[in-house]
This record gives sequence, C-alpha cells and structure tokens, in this order.
Amino acid sequence: MLYYSVKRFGLALLVAVVVSFLSFQLLFLASDPAIALAGEAATEEDIIAIREFYGFDRPVLVQYIDWLGRFIRGDFGYSYYFNLPVSELILGRLGVTFQLGLVAVLLAIVVAVPLGVAAAIRPNTIIDRTALVISVLGQAMPSFWFALVLIVVFSVNLRWLPASGADSWQHFILPTIVIAYFAMPAIMRLTRGGMIEVLSADYIRTAKAKGLRPFKVLFKHALRNAIIPVVSLAAVQFGFMLSGSIVVETIFAIDGAGQLAWESINRNDLATVQALILLFAMIYVMINFLADLLNAWLDPRVRVA
Amino acid sequence: MKPLLEVEDLVVDIPVAGGDLHAVRGIDLSVEKGETLCIVGESGCGKSLTSLAIMDLLPTKARRHAARIAFDGIEIQSLRPRQMADMRGDRMAMIFQEPMTSLNPSYTIGNQLIETYLAHRRTSTKEARDRAIDLLERVGITAAASRLAHYPHQLSGGLRQRVMIAMSLMCEPELIIADEPTTALDVTIQAQILLLLAELQRELGMAMILITHDLGVVARVADKVAVMYAGEIVEAGRATDVFASPSHPYTTGLLECIPVPGKTAPGARLGTIGGIVPSLVGDVAGCAFRDRCRFAAPTCAEPAPAQTASVGHSYRCWFPEGARMPSTVEGLVHGH
Repeated sequence: MLYYSVKRFGLALLVAVVVSFLSFQLLFLASDPAIALAGEAATEEDIIAIREFYGFDRPVLVQYIDWLGRFIRGDFGYSYYFNLPVSELILGRLGVTFQLGLVAVLLAIVVAVPLGVAAAIRPNTIIDRTALVISVLGQAMPSFWFALVLIVVFSVNLRWLPASGADSWQHFILPTIVIAYFAMPAIMRLTRGGMIEVLSADYIRTAKAKGLRPFKVLFKHALRNAIIPVVSLAAVQFGFMLSGSIVVETIFAIDGAGQLAWESINRNDLATVQALILLFAMIYVMINFLADLLNAWLDPRVRVA
Repeated sequence: MKPLLEVEDLVVDIPVAGGDLHAVRGIDLSVEKGETLCIVGESGCGKSLTSLAIMDLLPTKARRHAARIAFDGIEIQSLRPRQMADMRGDRMAMIFQEPMTSLNPSYTIGNQLIETYLAHRRTSTKEARDRAIDLLERVGITAAASRLAHYPHQLSGGLRQRVMIAMSLMCEPELIIADEPTTALDVTIQAQILLLLAELQRELGMAMILITHDLGVVARVADKVAVMYAGEIVEAGRATDVFASPSHPYTTGLLECIPVPGKTAPGARLGTIGGIVPSLVGDVAGCAFRDRCRFAAPTCAEPAPAQTASVGHSYRCWFPEGARMPSTVEGLVHGH
C-alpha cells in the first residue's frame, strides 16, 4: 500500500509539473503579453520597455522557473484589471466554488448511489424506469434552464429561497441542486451497471450460500466492488465542477472562481488566468490522487499494480 | 430412518426466447445422514440447477416447483427467505465449481470465514477467528493464522478451494453440496481436494451431494449414484449396484468412455456416445435419450417407464435387458 501510494504520488507530481508548464506556455502562445499590457496607444519603445520590465525577454525556461518559484511561495502575481494581488483575489472565490462543488458532488452521490442500487436490484421494473427517467432528464436539461426554472418556482413564486448572491447558506441551496442534478445521472447509471454486473458474480452467490442476510450481501459484498469505478468518476466530475460551474455561478450571481475565470479571460488578465488554470489543475490532480488511494483501499488487487 | 434430504418431483423451468427451458424435469432424490450421493451427468443436464434449487439459490428468472423438498423433515418451500437464509451456511452448505471467482476479491479470507460463523452463532469475533484458524488447518493450509490476512488473489486455485471448503464447514453443516468442486483445478490438485472432502465428511459425519461428471471419482466416494440426462434421473441406486449392473443405455455408454487400467487394452478405442443432447425448450416427449440410443425403438417416443433392477436400483427405459456392460465396470468397482 505504501509503495503504491508513493508511486501514485510521484505520478501525480509529474502530471502537475507538466500541466503547470503547459499552462504557463499557453498564454504566451495566445498573445504577446507585453503588447496586451501596453494597450492600444503604446509605441514600439513602450512595448520593449514593458517587455524588459516584466522580464518577458528572458528565456522561457528561466521565466517558468521564476514564475513557479513565486507561485509555490504563494505569490501569484498582480491583477492589473482588478488592481489586487491575485492571491487575495482568488483565495476567497476559490473557497466558494470549492464548497459549492464539494457539497454538490456529495449530494449527487448520496442521491445517485442508492437510486442506482435500487434500480439494479429490480432491473426493468417501475423503480428502474423511474430512475432512468430522472437521470435522462438530468443529463438532457441544460443547467441554465433548470436553474431558471428553480428560481421561478422557489424564489419568485414560492419566495422560499433567495435567487442570487452568496451571503448565507440558503443562497447555496438552489445552485447546489442544479450542479448536483447535472452530476447525478452518470453516477447513477454507473452504479446501476456496476451493481447489476457484480450481483451476478459468483462471490455474491457464495455470500448468499453462507446464509448472509440480503442487506449484508448487497452492501458489504456487492456495493464495495461496484462502487470502485464510481469513485473515479466522482473525482473527475468534482474537478470538472470547479472549472465548469461558470454558468451556474453567473446565473445565481455567486462570486466564485468560475465567474472570476470568465471575467479575467475576457479582460486578458494574464496573471489571474494563469493562477486559476494552475490551481484548477493542481486541485484536479490532487483529487484524482486521493481517488486512486481510495480505490486501492477498496480493491486490494489494485495495490500491487 | 427418515432421510436427511428428500426431494420429490423437482421441476426447474427457465423462461427463454421461444418458450420454457425445462432444465430439471421431475426428479426424486433422497440422502440419508452421513451418506454420499453422487449426481453424474454431462454439462447442461441440470445437475447444478438441481443443487441450486435445493439451496434456494436459483437465478431469479428460474422457476422451481416440487411436490416436496424436505430437509430434516422441514419443507423448505414453505420457509420464508429469512428462515431459509438462516438454514444456508448453518445446516446446509455449498461448495462451488469456481474457486477463483467464488471468494469476494475485496475482503480477506479471514473476514469471509469469520462472517459465516457470526451470521449463525452468537459468539465473539475472537472465537470465530479461532474456529477459522482451526478449520484452515483442518483443510491442510499451513500457517493458518497468517493466512487469515490474505486476500483471495494472493492464493492459488487449490488453496482457494480449500478455503471454500473450510468456509462451508464453519458451522458444521449436516449436508454439504459440492458442485464439481475440482473441475477448475489442476489434475494433480483434483485428487487431493476430493480425498480431503471425503475424509472430512467421514470425520464430521456429514451427508454430501457431490456433483461431478467424473465416474472415477464416483466409484471411489459414492454410496449412492444418480445419473442425470436431459433434466431427468435416468438411473439411480447404490453405487456398487449401478457400477456392477448399469441398466440404462446412457449409463453403460458413460462407463464405456472411461479407460480402466488393466482392463482396457493399450491402443483400444474408448467408447463414445454419438449425437448431442436434445433441446429442452418446449415440450419434451418420450425418452430424451432415444436419438442417441443404440437400442431405440418406436415405443421410445412414449415416456419411458420406471423399472427396478434390484432393491433400491431403478432406471427409466422401455427395455430391461437392452444393455448390460459388466466387463469395463468390474475394474472401477475393484478400485473402490
């Protein structure tokens, strides 16, 4: 288990370094930052001066290591658009998005896994069909539309929940539901498929032959084996949510990292975009590393690989 | 003495495209306490489904009905699922064909042994653990205590089957059903496992139903034999009687397929049974073996009557004297 963990961590680190270099490079490919910074009225001399002042004329590798070193120390640069250090700008907003994503994924799992299990126990029955309809709806409905429907029903008509902002936990209920419902179908279908496969396995028959109660057969012997691919999927979805909740954050006017990313890309706010990309990538890599560990804990056969 | 297990007119139907597959067609079985019954037959003859029907472990779509399935006088068809679950693993246990996939890959073998005991006994984990170690030693596993922490994928097929046997013995069942327990194992391991089973059975006084297609094994361990063909028992009796005077053409055919050391001449051709097993989808009329039988006659299109060869030895055929093959059989009986 230790060897496996170390190996996985090494791989995660490697991915992180490669991703950070690419994200660093990508912005230089997109446009010349010196020209962008100098603005439309700048002369050739201004651009050269800016280039020298910010060190854009140095070799790429030197710039990268310099940038990475500052990044690790928590210095993410300065946002010229927001006129704030990027670290200050990002931290609070990333927290909001992280919280939203985490709660949404947990909610999706809590709803989808039991639903998938129920559908798998009684395939092709009314329970299974209902679960299928629910999941197809979640997959097919665009998030923005579902969000607007929820706002109309719960905020405008019933006046139960606030429609926008991020001031209290109540503000997070509707956006969490929207994101969770988007993540739920895949988890539900994967759980169902996994359970159906596992339930026909020989060792499930053995568990029944031993006289174990159905509850124990289902949750101790079947679910543990069926849930393994679901863990990996949930990790990917969580990572996706961090960067992909832009639409939801915009509709509910939540000052999250998604909205910040959208804004800084539009404003060509180089430092902010870079910091966000790198942070998203790091979080993504870390979540996948944790999912790998969780899978190794669930499935002893993985530990040797 | 009342038999431990009595099965009367057991039928298992499986709905398939184009009708019902009549996998088991009205069979009768009885097993006394401490006795070994071997069920012999080729793949697909319904022998595994018969054992699953007794354990109430049939696949959900299969339908079971029987005039009677009584275990120690208890009609198990009238038991609630909970009561049946309490019976399984405690009073009747089963060993499966595939040791490689019959253990849960995610739990240690210790965990899987102990949970069996704890499911049926009010006792401490410590006691269950001691019992598990004791049984692992009994089935010939060395360093039993340290094996408890192993996962199934860390053990060989032979060891896994030993673990399965230990697991089935955790609660000292009165009946053990072994469904081709050695088919998936190396030939060298097969004999070891079978001898182990036979030995443990004698020691613990359990009754055993051994399902196999290996007649050599049957000759060595069986008290009684039931030969199954196409969902029916075509011949049944004491092992010595069946081997000494096989009375159904299918049984004689099976016995001709086995080489017997000292009897079968070197280079001689072994017997074969020509043809294939008939489809059991839809109505099956008459003797199911008639298409492959050397002695088939027009009457065979009618259901074959039960005949008695000797006391407790019966078979289903229209022609009593049709087939006797004493020559190859003697060798097997001598080996017993």
